[in-house]
Amino acid sequence: MDIKPIYSALMRNKAGLALIVLQVAITLAVVCNSLFIIVERSELVARPSGMDEPNTFRLASLGFVRDYDLKSAVRQDLDLIRSLPGVVAATLTNSIPTSNGGWGTGVDTEPLERGTGKEAHGAGMYFADEQAIEAFGLKLVEGRNFRAEEITDSVSESGLLFDSVIVSEALAKKIAPEGSAVGKVVYGISDDTTPKTVIGVVERLQMPWTGSGEVEQSVLVPTRNLGDNFSMYVVRTEPGQRDAVMKEVETRLQAANPGRIIRGVRTVESVRADAYRDDHAMMSILFGVMAAMLMVTGAGIVGLASFWVTRRTKQIGTRRALGARRFNIKAYFQTENGIMVGMGIVLGGLMAYGFNAWLMSEYDAARLPWYYVPVGALVVFFLGQLAVWGPASRAAKVSPAVATRTA
Amino acid sequence: MFGYYVWLAGRSLRRNPVLTALMIAAIGLGIGAAMTSLTVLRAMSGNPLAFKDDLVYRPLIDNWSPGRPFDEDSGEPPALFTYKDATALWNAKEARRQAAMFPNVLPLEPANTEVKPFMAQALFTHGDFFSMFDAPFEHGGGWDRAMDESAARVVVLSKDLNDKLFGGEDSVGRILRAGGEDFTVTGVLRRWNPQPKFYEPSSGAFNDVEEMFMPFAIGIERELQSSNNNNCWSDPGNGYKAWLASECIWMAYWVELEGSADAARYRAFLDGYQAEQAKLGRSVRPQNNRLYTVSEFLKAERVVSRDSQTQLWLAFAFLVVCLINTVGLLLAKFLARASEIGLRRAVGASKRSIFAQFLSEAGMVGVAGAALGLLLTWLGLMGLRALYAEGASGTLARLDLGMVAITVGVALMASLLAGVYPTWKACQVAPATQLKSN
Repeated sequence: MDIKPIYSALMRNKAGLALIVLQVAITLAVVCNSLFIIVERSELVARPSGMDEPNTFRLASLGFVRDYDLKSAVRQDLDLIRSLPGVVAATLTNSIPTSNGGWGTGVDTEPLERGTGKEAHGAGMYFADEQAIEAFGLKLVEGRNFRAEEITDSVSESGLLFDSVIVSEALAKKIAPEGSAVGKVVYGISDDTTPKTVIGVVERLQMPWTGSGEVEQSVLVPTRNLGDNFSMYVVRTEPGQRDAVMKEVETRLQAANPGRIIRGVRTVESVRADAYRDDHAMMSILFGVMAAMLMVTGAGIVGLASFWVTRRTKQIGTRRALGARRFNIKAYFQTENGIMVGMGIVLGGLMAYGFNAWLMSEYDAARLPWYYVPVGALVVFFLGQLAVWGPASRAAKVSPAVATRTA
Repeated sequence: MFGYYVWLAGRSLRRNPVLTALMIAAIGLGIGAAMTSLTVLRAMSGNPLAFKDDLVYRPLIDNWSPGRPFDEDSGEPPALFTYKDATALWNAKEARRQAAMFPNVLPLEPANTEVKPFMAQALFTHGDFFSMFDAPFEHGGGWDRAMDESAARVVVLSKDLNDKLFGGEDSVGRILRAGGEDFTVTGVLRRWNPQPKFYEPSSGAFNDVEEMFMPFAIGIERELQSSNNNNCWSDPGNGYKAWLASECIWMAYWVELEGSADAARYRAFLDGYQAEQAKLGRSVRPQNNRLYTVSEFLKAERVVSRDSQTQLWLAFAFLVVCLINTVGLLLAKFLARASEIGLRRAVGASKRSIFAQFLSEAGMVGVAGAALGLLLTWLGLMGLRALYAEGASGTLARLDLGMVAITVGVALMASLLAGVYPTWKACQVAPATQLKSN
């Protein structure tokens, strides 16, 4: 097919051409950037926290009566929870991954010298006992777990008292870039200068803050925090028994000790859903915008092409009368569409990168990988071909006899 | 004549029902998407204290790590204060009004034993809080500086908490047992929930206001930290005394001044205060202090979510595509009727009347599109509420009258804009050529 006559015919309808090119260009730019954000977010929300999420829940207890005996309350609570059927393990801690609230600390292999600008590695800090790894559902890949006799009691005045820690693998790599982190001495966890020994490494444990750039770095510390009357329990159950056990634990704990409030009884799954709700919403919205845009652009092409076919009925008839075959007529419209969409793709590709560059500077977005534009271009190109299919087929059906009529 | 044009337009639109539906749907979808995101963004960008923007200020003192800026990208000082700085500024009384504040929770034991004990969010702050922020009282009032200094056991309740505890009665003078102590109610607020929560947006700029307010000194006596952010660049050491003396930042601080001239004086005072601290041997950063108005502060804190801004841009790009689409379809449609135009022109219709006729047709599409757009905006906001639930974009996704007016306005403007070019093109049709060629 000779493109030149199609091209010059197009140039005689500059307004129509410009409108389609612009529409296709904006669509491509938006589709590329939306798709990129969707893929990025879906990777973000899929990151595992390290916990056995489907079978775990957490709850908090807050003593409010004067002389609340936190230490024995914690002992009794844990004994009670662990004695219930269906419970695999339970621990006293301060936070869980994806909850976006907790304790953070600096960790380094040398005593911290603050204020000098030298940065320690950031880490989320979880209080733990000998059942913590089991209760969180973590996988110990190196070293050993805490022993029951290593678990200390910490109160505000004493600070945090313990000698050993367990770190996540991501943090272990920072502490010991080569070789094993087990046996390494680290500082910064209870204070700047007291050394702690790494005794174990868990495969994965995220810090509570999902937005952190160091989200995979965490440390488990063997102590019961008795600094205030707030305690958080994490309970892991046999598969399928989580919801029943959760209700049971809530009622039993409340009945066992009325001098406190039980609150925040939630599955880890629902805590996670909260953490990523905005990302899921963003994904759905962008998906909707993308789909609507492709639909509108597609429908617009169908509509415009139909008009052009109608306007050129006589011309088509003449061409048919002069020997053009149906196939040639159809190819004419498909090619015409290809040229217009192709122009739109060139402009839209530039706009896609431009829009991304602007999002990067204004909203700290990431750089659009190069292959999004060619992939998006293919989608838009086929959309155009698909949209023009119907009108082009109708054009092909125009009878050569039309040429002989007057109007 | 206008009635005739409308009748003509109706006929023409009915002749191609699919095309008409497509144009209306395109305008409606575009308007719906753009207005949905604009509604959320508009609510997010609000400043509840705009009427005091030249009076109320948030001082920021850069007492972060001498070795490293708080925000390495922007160089902005931290928004929160250390206890040391907050009390020093409060004691200095250099402003007309001043208040430090931090939130935490306290267990409440209602006198009515049928209500189980529950946790309530408390803001520990100074008495100036209420007058500085124009918090409206239903009953009673706040407390004065003397009560702040003596850590008086007083409490101000939100309307909701007063409803829950005292059945909505005037509870001023009643006793509330909180955290194992008795507090006297001095005031009950009217419904007050400024959005964004400008005075402390760091833990969620669109969170609800706390349920009760207590003197700052009580939070300190009870050895509480903030339930939001406690951020340290140096080791605070052990125990609460060490915590108070530490360089950890954990409270918000606000002042009310006499105006912008007074603000310049206060700004100088801040720098002077920090220089003095340096002389006393505190290691400090180079002076990098701020005195923000509420609107400047909300901007610096970036309370408008980036996702919402991105959504707005995409939605408007979508609207543009929808409009281009409509322009194209109208253009094609009008030009397909060139012979009709030619005939009308030949029998005496002026360009002006052709213009009026075709613009009426475009206008009708616009009105229908606007109506659909309004409906879709309403549906879109419902969708946002479902998607975001308690998140900011969910709670702010409400249509108000102002927004309805803006939507209708934008929709009509947009569709007229889309109609003008095709109409103008239609007017350019030369009568003679059209009559000849057909």
